[in-house]
Amino acid sequence: MFGWEFPPHNSGGLGTACFGLTRALANRNIEVLFVLPKKVGVSASFMNILFADERRVKFHEIETTLKPYVTSEGYIRERDKIISDIYGNTLMQEVRRYALRARDIAKKEKFDVIHAHDWLSFLAGVEAKKISGKPLILHMHATEFDRTGGQGVNQEVYNIERAGMQFADGIIAVSNHTKQKIVEHYGIPAEKIEVVHNGIDECDYANIPDKLSELKRAGQKIVLFAGRITIQKGPEYFIRAAKRVLDVNPNVLFLVAGSGDMERQMMFEAASLGISDHVLFVGFLRGDDLNAAYRVADLFVMPSVSEPFGLTPLESIIAGAPVLISKQSGVSEVLTHALKADFWDTEDMANKILSVVSHRSLWQTLWGNSREEVKKVTWDAASKKCIDYYEKIMCDCGVGQDVRYI
Amino acid sequence: MASICFYFQVHQPYRVKDYRVFDIGNDSEYFNDDSDRSINNKKILNKVAGKCYLPANAVMLELLNKHPEFKISFSFSGVFLDQLQEFSPETLESFQKLVATGRVEVLEETYYHSLSFLYSPDEFRRQVKMHRDKIQELFGVTPTVFRNTELIYNNALAHEVEKMGYKGIIAEGADHVLGWRSPNFLYRPQGTENLKLLLKNYRLSDDIAFRFSSKDWADFPLTAPKFAEWANQVNGNGNLINLFMDYETFGEHQWEDTGIFNFLRHLPEEIYKHPDNDFVTPSEAIARYEPVSELDVHNYMSWADVERDLSAWLSNPMQHDAIQSVYNLEKDVIETHDEKLISDWRKLQTSDHFYYMCTKWFNDGDVHKYFNPYNTPYEAFIAYMNALQDLRLRVVGHPSYAKKIKVKELA
Repeated sequence: MFGWEFPPHNSGGLGTACFGLTRALANRNIEVLFVLPKKVGVSASFMNILFADERRVKFHEIETTLKPYVTSEGYIRERDKIISDIYGNTLMQEVRRYALRARDIAKKEKFDVIHAHDWLSFLAGVEAKKISGKPLILHMHATEFDRTGGQGVNQEVYNIERAGMQFADGIIAVSNHTKQKIVEHYGIPAEKIEVVHNGIDECDYANIPDKLSELKRAGQKIVLFAGRITIQKGPEYFIRAAKRVLDVNPNVLFLVAGSGDMERQMMFEAASLGISDHVLFVGFLRGDDLNAAYRVADLFVMPSVSEPFGLTPLESIIAGAPVLISKQSGVSEVLTHALKADFWDTEDMANKILSVVSHRSLWQTLWGNSREEVKKVTWDAASKKCIDYYEKIMCDCGVGQDVRYI
Repeated sequence: MASICFYFQVHQPYRVKDYRVFDIGNDSEYFNDDSDRSINNKKILNKVAGKCYLPANAVMLELLNKHPEFKISFSFSGVFLDQLQEFSPETLESFQKLVATGRVEVLEETYYHSLSFLYSPDEFRRQVKMHRDKIQELFGVTPTVFRNTELIYNNALAHEVEKMGYKGIIAEGADHVLGWRSPNFLYRPQGTENLKLLLKNYRLSDDIAFRFSSKDWADFPLTAPKFAEWANQVNGNGNLINLFMDYETFGEHQWEDTGIFNFLRHLPEEIYKHPDNDFVTPSEAIARYEPVSELDVHNYMSWADVERDLSAWLSNPMQHDAIQSVYNLEKDVIETHDEKLISDWRKLQTSDHFYYMCTKWFNDGDVHKYFNPYNTPYEAFIAYMNALQDLRLRVVGHPSYAKKIKVKELA
């Protein structure tokens, strides 16, 4: 399995997804060799914590400076200082370097299926297939069209995605939303794509600290945005909806958790709308801090312009806040007990936000039902689908049944 | 002798439009959606009139003309009749023609198809009275048999209905109430003297209403001879087969291409092939048969969902909050004596609003989803509560309300 980031040093949902899936696969007796670019602080001992008694997962790290979210340049400068910046090369050179190293690994290691996550690892997957002849499955967590909001698509990235998917034996998409995009923008036949929705494991959200409760002391209602402040996540729609909410009910506080290339622009936007005192930019949060923010919130809003899946709403529900999500998201396919709006319809969003903060009964019904619903959206269910798909692809490729090494 | 007693429910609510918080104080028309969505009341009424009411009425008239002993009954909600007058007078006329045959009985219900009996007995009586007047006005008849919204029923309701002077009342033949007893007899509601209770034979009713076009059903396809044979089996161990269903079964729930109209067209002649069988209206059944025993129904039952209880309208916090909020306004609304305001308030009492907020089976995409014109139960709640908030402002802003406050202060 080729990835590029893993908790705790992930900068987004992708590392979380790789972790959740790997753990669930291991629990289903699949042996996983996880290859990822080496990052400072990813230590063997941490892996042992993650997989205490799991000898089924091995990690193989390659020294590169790969970063997952390349389109938001400013964001990367700000966010990924934890990654040791020892290479002065361009990103594309690094992707190719990672692919060359993957050939060495493919020669040495024993495995049955190659499973590569997102475009940065696609070339590595392709090389591994060329060397080993094993079936290659590419896992699309996001397309270049999602990352850029459709504006300024990077042609090189697009080419890698498209060539990789054409070459691969099978493709996993995190939602029908993403599958649709792959068919439309990359010309890949729909029957070559399997949808496996992401999951969430509740055990990772136990013992959330009671950190931000002071914010509620004044009786204010809290509405949360959490995600990279980039065009993909639709932060400007959140700010505009906030303005409409505050026109009607000034007793609402909006929290923006995250950082990104549009952060400054969003602060200006809030200031020019005259609502800066009701919009708090709390910076990038992770782990317990983020969970505490979910918990203190009365509503979590995800106004993404295009969201292949979107794990944060599921996290929010587990931590204690119901959600309002963009219809343009994969997670809305697995979540019926959520408020939904078109990302651009800030009037509708404001209407729904106001209703949640005004009617306790709506909050109770929405959260109570979504809480039950999320219990069914597990990584175990996702891993089972993946395994079935491995079997199918191996069968298509004429591989016999054996213990699986991924 | 086994008598078939047909009663068809005919109702359409005034659905609340996508009424947003920003409309509060600016727009007091809650029911006038004019989009292509299925919250457009005019559009829905005309669609259902074309698919169901007009063609089904034509078949019924044909049957009434052909079979001099054929009989049916209807219960029309007042809000349905209002919408016919407003959007489709020709449909109203076709119903009037049926009633004019003298073999079509009209039943009583609450004008607004409301749950008022559960929240305000005064309002309940007012709405029944309004319905009585409306039926008299449009059809020239006075109902003698009562059916409550969605067949919601318990002993207390029967007592109230008896006091109001009705001879009979209609309810669901729910298993949990009947136990080993059969729905094919009349019963005496517990604690009443003169009232008779008709219970729905839900198996045979649902064979037509729900299973008719279901290919997974072992008895598919359902034909008129087959159904008449089943009905005939009641002979000897029952007096009455109560087939109660939504009128929209014909052409709307079961589309024309399922053959539902042909089934209906041939059913009477098949029933008459067994010489012991005939058709009756509810009041005829009451005149002809005596109750076999008393039936004690302490808890509310209804004809909705597998539970046959109130949970379709009253099971989550949103539903309770919404209905409580609308009845909390009762006194202030009534005291305005403002007709439009009172009528809007009453339209907001229609049970469908609370049904749309049901989250019980929302996951499974079942019948609730099918009948829900809103994308989610949450959107139904949001639009409703926004409209209700506007209504509250209208009450508070009403001159009579200001006067009342003043009087209170003086006292």
